[in-house]
Amino acid sequence: MVYVLCAMLLCVGIFGLISQKNVIKIIISISIMENAVNLFLVVIGYRRDGIAPIITERIHESVQFAEKAVDPLPQAMVLTSIVIGLGVMALMVTMALRIYHVYGTYDITEILKSRKKAE
Amino acid sequence: MELLLIFMLLFMILAGIVALWTDELLSAVIAVGAVGVGTSVAFLLLGAPDLAITQIVVEVVALVLLIKVTIGVGVRTMSGMPSPKRLRLAAAVTVLLLLVMVRSFTGLPEFGSPVMERVDDAPSIVYLEEGLERTGSANQVMSVLLDFRAYDTLGEATVIFTAVFGALVLLRKKGKKDREDDDGGEDEE
Repeated sequence: MVYVLCAMLLCVGIFGLISQKNVIKIIISISIMENAVNLFLVVIGYRRDGIAPIITERIHESVQFAEKAVDPLPQAMVLTSIVIGLGVMALMVTMALRIYHVYGTYDITEILKSRKKAE
Repeated sequence: MELLLIFMLLFMILAGIVALWTDELLSAVIAVGAVGVGTSVAFLLLGAPDLAITQIVVEVVALVLLIKVTIGVGVRTMSGMPSPKRLRLAAAVTVLLLLVMVRSFTGLPEFGSPVMERVDDAPSIVYLEEGLERTGSANQVMSVLLDFRAYDTLGEATVIFTAVFGALVLLRKKGKKDREDDDGGEDEE
């Protein structure tokens, strides 16, 4: 059920990516897809009633830590992926700004039209 | 716990649909912010506090960037809805992909039993058992990020540097060629 909902969120992003004409909407779709994939990776590493993989004094003394904590590996990789996502988002936003300065619109069909006219 | 997670996911899907549906670009930006905050809460539910904190910070910065590119240049509404032909194509591709994904989920373990339990000598188990002795870090996510897989973090820094560098190059007011032309003009005067 959780997996399917993650896939649905990803599909919302893919639908937007294909159908939208506005550059900002395309950036938004990519952002939604990113969130869905990150969430899915963390869900795969989840253990039922698991605790965060942080050793406190109480946990260290009382219970077997490795049998209670959730998987730290996907979390570390997703942390990397979130920050990279921000970098990519910044790059996409500046590209969109540049497009707006050159063509005066965010609509990709109008941009294509004016490019054809220029040729 | 699982119910809460499902509720958050439904909220995120709804916010995503609103973000794509609305004509107002500001509403779309705020709706995608809602998706990001939903992700953050879901991370908290899944036992990943580090990710939740990072996600909130990233979401705030992304919101500022997106507002700069919409309201900042004076664009408030988007022009025209996508054509029916395009919508049909997108719907077909999406439904097909969803079916493939749902089918492939049968190979995954049930929700709540992590992959690391199925594999002998999974690296995650080693990280959890020996992380404290070998790295001295109480937070095992950070011990993986900064010790066991430090080269990945170095690569991440490289990617971010490249992205920021690209953004700076694109944001430059004058290209190099223009500047040379200007210099030439001054010489002629």
